[in-house]
Amino acid sequence: MTWTSLNAGIALPEIFLLCATCALLLIDLFVSDARRGVTHALALVTLAITGVLLWCGYSPAPELAFSAMFVADPIATLAKGGMVLGVALVLIYGRSYAADRGIYKGELYSLTLFSLSGMMVMASAVNLLTLYVGLELLSLSLYALVALQRDSVNATESAMKYFVLGALASGMLLYGMSMIYGATGSLNVYEIGHRLLVGEGNRLLAVFGLVFIVTGIAFKLGAVPFHMWVPDVYHGAPTVITQLIGSAPKLAAFAFIIRLLAQALEGFAPDWRGMLIVLAVLSLAIGNLSAIAQSNIKRMFAYSTISHMGFLLLGILVANPVGYSASFFYAFTYVLTAAAGFGLVMLLARNGFEADQLDDYKGLARKHPWFGFMMLMVMFSMAGIPVFVGFFAKLAVLKAVVNLGMVWLAVFAVMMSLIGAFYYLRVVKLMYFDEPVNDITLSGGLGAKIVLSLNCLALLVMGLFPNYLLSMLNDAVVFSLPL
Amino acid sequence: MDMKTIYLLIPLAPLFGALVAGLFGWAIGRRAAHCVTIGGVAVSFALSAYVLNHMLSGGEAYNGTVYTWLSINGVDFNVGFLVDTLTAMMMCVVTFVSLMVHIYTIGYMHEDPGYQRFFSYISLFTFSMLMLVMANNFVQLFFGWEAVGLVSYLLIGFWFKRPTATFANLKAFLVNRVGDFGFLLGIGLVLAYFGSLDYAEVFAKAPELKDTTITLMTGHTWSLMAVTCILLFVGAMGKSAQFPLHVWLPDSMEGPTPISALIHAATMVTAGIFMVARMSPMFELSETALNFVLVIGAITALFMGFLGIIQNDIKRVVAYSTLSQLGYMTVALGASAYSVAVFHLMTHAFFKALLFLAAGSVIMGMHHDQDIRNMGGLRKYMKITWITSLIGSLALIGTPFLSGFYSKDSIILAVEASTLPGAGFAQFAVLAGVFVTAFYSFRMYFLVFHGKERWMEQGHHHAHDADAHDEDEHHHGLGPNDKPHESPWVVTLPLVLLAIPSLVIGYLAIGPMLAGDFFKNVIFVNHDLHPAMEAVIHHAHDAFHMGLHAFATLPFWLAAAGVAAAFVFYMVKPALPAAIDRVFSKIGVRKLLEQKYYMDHLYINGFAAAGRGLGTVLWKVGDAILIDGLLVNGSAKVVGFVASIVRRLQTGYIYHYAFAMIIGGLVFITVWLGVILGWFGPEAREWIGNLLYSRA
Amino acid sequence: MLQNYFPILMFLVVGVLVGVVPMLLGWGVGKVLGTVNPDPAKLSPYECGFEAFEDARMQFDVRYYLVAILFILFDLEVAFLVPWAVVLDEIGMFGFLSMMIFLAVLVVGFVYEWMKGALEWE
Repeated sequence: MTWTSLNAGIALPEIFLLCATCALLLIDLFVSDARRGVTHALALVTLAITGVLLWCGYSPAPELAFSAMFVADPIATLAKGGMVLGVALVLIYGRSYAADRGIYKGELYSLTLFSLSGMMVMASAVNLLTLYVGLELLSLSLYALVALQRDSVNATESAMKYFVLGALASGMLLYGMSMIYGATGSLNVYEIGHRLLVGEGNRLLAVFGLVFIVTGIAFKLGAVPFHMWVPDVYHGAPTVITQLIGSAPKLAAFAFIIRLLAQALEGFAPDWRGMLIVLAVLSLAIGNLSAIAQSNIKRMFAYSTISHMGFLLLGILVANPVGYSASFFYAFTYVLTAAAGFGLVMLLARNGFEADQLDDYKGLARKHPWFGFMMLMVMFSMAGIPVFVGFFAKLAVLKAVVNLGMVWLAVFAVMMSLIGAFYYLRVVKLMYFDEPVNDITLSGGLGAKIVLSLNCLALLVMGLFPNYLLSMLNDAVVFSLPL
Repeated sequence: MDMKTIYLLIPLAPLFGALVAGLFGWAIGRRAAHCVTIGGVAVSFALSAYVLNHMLSGGEAYNGTVYTWLSINGVDFNVGFLVDTLTAMMMCVVTFVSLMVHIYTIGYMHEDPGYQRFFSYISLFTFSMLMLVMANNFVQLFFGWEAVGLVSYLLIGFWFKRPTATFANLKAFLVNRVGDFGFLLGIGLVLAYFGSLDYAEVFAKAPELKDTTITLMTGHTWSLMAVTCILLFVGAMGKSAQFPLHVWLPDSMEGPTPISALIHAATMVTAGIFMVARMSPMFELSETALNFVLVIGAITALFMGFLGIIQNDIKRVVAYSTLSQLGYMTVALGASAYSVAVFHLMTHAFFKALLFLAAGSVIMGMHHDQDIRNMGGLRKYMKITWITSLIGSLALIGTPFLSGFYSKDSIILAVEASTLPGAGFAQFAVLAGVFVTAFYSFRMYFLVFHGKERWMEQGHHHAHDADAHDEDEHHHGLGPNDKPHESPWVVTLPLVLLAIPSLVIGYLAIGPMLAGDFFKNVIFVNHDLHPAMEAVIHHAHDAFHMGLHAFATLPFWLAAAGVAAAFVFYMVKPALPAAIDRVFSKIGVRKLLEQKYYMDHLYINGFAAAGRGLGTVLWKVGDAILIDGLLVNGSAKVVGFVASIVRRLQTGYIYHYAFAMIIGGLVFITVWLGVILGWFGPEAREWIGNLLYSRA
Repeated sequence: MLQNYFPILMFLVVGVLVGVVPMLLGWGVGKVLGTVNPDPAKLSPYECGFEAFEDARMQFDVRYYLVAILFILFDLEVAFLVPWAVVLDEIGMFGFLSMMIFLAVLVVGFVYEWMKGALEWE
């Protein structure tokens, strides 16, 4: 083993991010609370440089490193780009919110960046152990972040739930991975895929492992019936952390699914397809139906996430590049949509007021027409109303499903989206047609407001020009899958 | 700049102006709003002229996709441009008239509080119209089609506080819906049978499908081409106000005069004509469709002209004249003389825009009184308006050597030569129409510009019968001591600039457009079957000779007779019309014309009332009881009920959550291990497979 | 086949011996050398300052856990360092630098906990 055979250069963004985060951790020790802006700025600079490194390192063909434990392929690179963007939005939107709640600390930044490292490792890992390490780095950082507001009963309770259930799911996942290893004798994703395709290995054991792996994935995505943590954690966590949980990790989960199901367990596609259908149908139904009954917008978003993950699974279960790229597009745009949604919630929140009740949005459009309109765009996009990008995401997924011949599933998904439209449009109705009950003031700096507006407008622009991103992601999937 | 950039810039420049004036008009003020929109249209016009010059000097036609908006099942929805001589000519006409109207509007609307909004709308219209004419596929055509319809709707109802204006724009919208329904069905048929929405592909495939038949009702088969073309033409009937979908156009005069000139005379209403000319490779294949087009056009040309005779509102006279002229164009289309139709479209755009703008100038001079019975002798007070109106009227009636003469005479020649079954009727209609046109045009001209100065008699208040506008928007009519005044230069300049092409464009353009190969490879005519064009070409190659020859032909003398009759009736013996009126009243003709052949009556009390009745029934029974009661509230109740149960699953206890996860995992393991190991029998896997992957 | 499991047997035996021998040794040696002078404090079992048998839900200082976790973190590196040291001459500079990177990461953590005051009891 030598430095050159390590080929560490292709992991430069991750290496840089890790070093910079360690440096940030130490620098913050010498920064007084009053000058936390230094940490904030350094974190954003770190993200920017990571983004640039990703951009420079983009290569259309997969490249392996670290003894085939790590790959840089277009799926990974694009997903990472989305994650960096998603995390940057979290930091930008959350700054004044965090400052108001006593969690404007160095740990907010170091843990967030560590979680990003975890996500990036997940996206690039092609070894079951590396995948697991990335996942745990992400999860542990998130557990700690949820509990960051230590004097909040809700936050600590949800952190506890998240941690215990997450540990259970990680255990299942690890168990499944060990089964796969037992069945095939390899930890490498490509190797496993090859052996299972040619019919080597113990089939029974592999199916056993498959079920556990799907269970673990379902938990991370928050698919029914492994979704119970989602509403409680979304609700309990400080909104800035909710935004983090609700946005970038969805892309990591997508990459994770691609590695495990599309690449390692490709040979079992008919089997996991069945499982994903069950998960997707339940997620769409329970997610949308429960969201209607919520009066808290964060819980509503939580259930809406569950239904969106149902859509994401629909694309995956098609089990061909068209489906994968549709899901990729869905995840990518969902990151931006969710970021905008939570960003708006935080914009309305201020010290001692969370703005998380639906009633808090009454009359928003009358008081602040611009941000009312922004919220309207987010809601329309989530509901999948044409012209907004959410429509094209849903359309791409449904097209893939219909092409597979599962019309009933597509019809079901559309019916459920129809139910879902109700609670999204209810928010619009409250904003535009009801009298304000609370006085509404906006928090947050001008920069955050501008970025938030651009974020929301991006939903419209991407809806007008969906093809650039869609074809880019499609190419990424096509170039990445075979090796 | 390569050509593609220019083609992109031409529609986008007005769009930019529209957006700036519309969204930021409140901030930038009136002056900046009209500067930016006029600038946008001027850029657009300059580039269009460049493109036309490029085409004339032998430039290649452009056909390319700019952006693929979405792609469903192999069918692309593109934004693309097809720029050939036809398009280039339309672009020039649209942008030129639009530019004139923009300038004119500065003067006409300068008191109006909705100044910036108006400029934004007309620029948006220019954008939409350009998208329509530049389209290279049916989707973009439809987009432009609907977009101009939308702007037309907005502008007819520009003074949205007037009940008559909102009624008129609703009427325009609904009548156009009928046409668009047919249009959309036609596009649907094209997509279904041609498998593409791209012009080039569709036209290339059209000859193969010439003899295809389709069964719409069992037992009856129709020619695909005939059905498709007629459905497309139904769209054109709506947009170009052909009988019986013409009823919206006279009412659209509720809008401000500049848009009557731009949208409801020169450009938008000609979209249908343009569309049929563009689709000539398809229409050529169906005798049935062409005959249908011919007859509809002939009816419109003649019967709408009659209505112009009895109108007293200056704008309505011009509006009925527009209807009649659109009928002429349609007749030319039906006779397979597409290039003649387009030629008339062009000349008509100039002189009709001129007439409308002149009418607007008169209305301004009369302080927003539109009744020609209150006018008279205005030539002394409004010199430029008078001269330009005279030029416009002479062009309209087809005075030799003026632009209208060349296009209209060509239509008459084409109809004479046509061999379609309806050609006889059409020939009668267009010839009779020449007389009628001359009569109502000069009736209006004499009443407005010559004779007694009747506004003195009317005094301050006046009856404004059908067109009573509410008084707080504009004060109407001249006061006891007022005199009519000439309009400012921003109004008269466009009049002069439009008068020039009204005079000469026909003489200059007839040679290349009709006899030359300007439209070669653009418009397709099957000369063996439809010889109409041959006759036209024979005359058209020498414009001067054609003008001289005209003095010996019937149409000229018919027009002269019309002018003479108008002179006698309204200048020499003003009592005569009233006497004739009494005679016609007795036999009911007067009433028939006044009621516009009872078309509005039929639509409002017949179709609309029946529709409303059906709507009420559906609303009370279908909507209120079945849908609202049972489906909406019922399903909402079910959903709410289910939701209240589902949310109870979320107990908040961590061990319940873990329990759910473990149960879920167990079920998965049991089912899939069971299926694979065959616990449920060997069929289980197949059964599940069928259940999950059932194909529709 | 079975001899593959011999190391595990050895492991078990050694494990039992490590548990049993000191106990026996303490007992035996004490019998021989020591004097028996019991008092209640001496006879009570000792475990990190807690009573061995009492209500499991009693409250105790969370700092115990902090120290324990930090201890484990830094203790575990020994598990890497020993095998690394054994083969150091074979893995060369690459191996050396890899371990240095690993230690550097640990040092970052150490500095962090120190500066945060996690090592101060009060």
